[in-house]
Amino acid sequence: MSVRVPKVVTMNDTAIAVSGLRKTFGDKVVLEGIDLEVPAGTIFSLLGPNGAGKTTTVNLLTTLMKPDGGTAKVAGHDIVTEGKAVRAAIGVTGQFAAVDELLTGQENLQLMVDLSRGRAGDRVVADLLERFELVGSARKPASTYSGGMRRKLDLAMTLVGDPRIIFLDEPTTGLDPRSRRTMWSIIRELVAGGVTVFLTTQYLEEADQLADRIAVLDQGRLVADGTPDELKRRMPGTHVRLRFTTVAELDAAARIFPGATRDDEVLALRVSSDGGTKSLRSLLDRLDEYAVGAEEFSVHTPDLDDVFLALTGHHTEAVQ
Amino acid sequence: MNSPSTVMLRRNFKHLVRNPTSVFNAILMPVVMMLMFVYVFGDAFSVGVDYVDYATPGLMLLAVCYGLGATATAVNSDMTKGIINRFKVMDVSRGAVLTGHVIASVLTNLLAIVALTGVAFLLGFSPAAGFLDWLGVAGIVVLLGFAAAWLTVALGLAAKSPETAGMASVPLVMLPFFSSAIVPAEKMGPGLREFAEYQPFTPIIETLRGLLDGAPAASDVYPALGWCAGIALAGYLWASSTFKKRA
Repeated sequence: MSVRVPKVVTMNDTAIAVSGLRKTFGDKVVLEGIDLEVPAGTIFSLLGPNGAGKTTTVNLLTTLMKPDGGTAKVAGHDIVTEGKAVRAAIGVTGQFAAVDELLTGQENLQLMVDLSRGRAGDRVVADLLERFELVGSARKPASTYSGGMRRKLDLAMTLVGDPRIIFLDEPTTGLDPRSRRTMWSIIRELVAGGVTVFLTTQYLEEADQLADRIAVLDQGRLVADGTPDELKRRMPGTHVRLRFTTVAELDAAARIFPGATRDDEVLALRVSSDGGTKSLRSLLDRLDEYAVGAEEFSVHTPDLDDVFLALTGHHTEAVQ
Repeated sequence: MNSPSTVMLRRNFKHLVRNPTSVFNAILMPVVMMLMFVYVFGDAFSVGVDYVDYATPGLMLLAVCYGLGATATAVNSDMTKGIINRFKVMDVSRGAVLTGHVIASVLTNLLAIVALTGVAFLLGFSPAAGFLDWLGVAGIVVLLGFAAAWLTVALGLAAKSPETAGMASVPLVMLPFFSSAIVPAEKMGPGLREFAEYQPFTPIIETLRGLLDGAPAASDVYPALGWCAGIALAGYLWASSTFKKRA
């Protein structure tokens, strides 16, 4: 007896695999050989300041530019030798909204449908207008749209033809906080539908909010790679804060952890820790061992801005 | 019909309709020029024949050139406003967007020339051309429009901004004035006369003039065809190499 197993996209499929990717402009090295892997159905975020090489990476992976070294496969196709197959599998929303300003929102979407030659169904324009809340302005020229609406239209155009892998180059740069949140929820919905998202951003909060994995790009090199929590845990700044009710307790605890920092004013002690369960358990065990009880116990992890500072030795604004 | 080129062509026509200034430039401007030259200056030029009969072939060429500014600007807007990258990362022929511009440019030219010829007839234009001569006129106009369009697409691709792209096509609009379009070359001063006699537009205009008179001269037709083919090829090669270089 044979059981027919439907082909589903699983976390084990690799959507994007990059190895030693290099790009130079003249004698300026923009990418110094980066490696990364994006599992299908996940959000991957390339995080870095302006000029780090994020857009160049997107341009290489979407076949807009040719690499000077290294290899990359997108949807299983080589970006250099199988550019056409790569383009058939991807959707790209660039840094600047690529909409046709003289056409209406509806006509912009119809243009994409016409160019997709049968890969898009009849209802696709109406569906996308509805999904992106653009029905009311569908018949107005895109030049009259606000920045947020333009980005939404741009992303809607990218989705015509149902690409399985979507590249978003700084999708929320220049948007107000409300439009940014709308964009975030749209991106989350995409991934819920099985799409893989490759997202670049210079906003640490954005990567933290959206990404399953983050790679930090600095001056053409990947300086870190991991889940948002992994990255935060790897930071030396992670610590446990213990608060006591009496100075005697604080003194006792300070003797147990000689390397800790005391804050006598609030009767607190800061103990370095990687934040993992093992080290936390041993920390609590040691307190127990000496019969010292803390009134309050909390783990503090740095935010991604601290991560960037610790990884690169400079603030995100330092490279311009 | 939904080939990428026809989709792009439809897009270009929507642009044209929504941008009345470019329609004015492409279709009304040549008509205004005709009215001005025939009514205002016409009696001052003695060209041996009725002035409207002399000037119409030259103004046809002017009509082709007036449409080019819009083409250059449109091509450059596509390049600088990011939409070209959207087309380039889609699984469609990368040249379709340029072909769309070229065909739109040629069709606009034809529209402008039909309008111009209609006005010429109202002004008393009386060509001696037979059916085959008219076919010849149409053929030369399409060929010239095609050649000029590729050259203009290249200019539009090479320019830094839509504004400079519009400016880059100005020499093409000026060139007919230094040819036999408005007055015969032999009436011009020394230097300018030689330039007018040997520049590409003169044999093309003389070919149109010959066809409309019902008596085209081989000594005009062959250089005219040669120039058109040469300009088309040069424009196409320049446009393709610039298109590949720009992201």
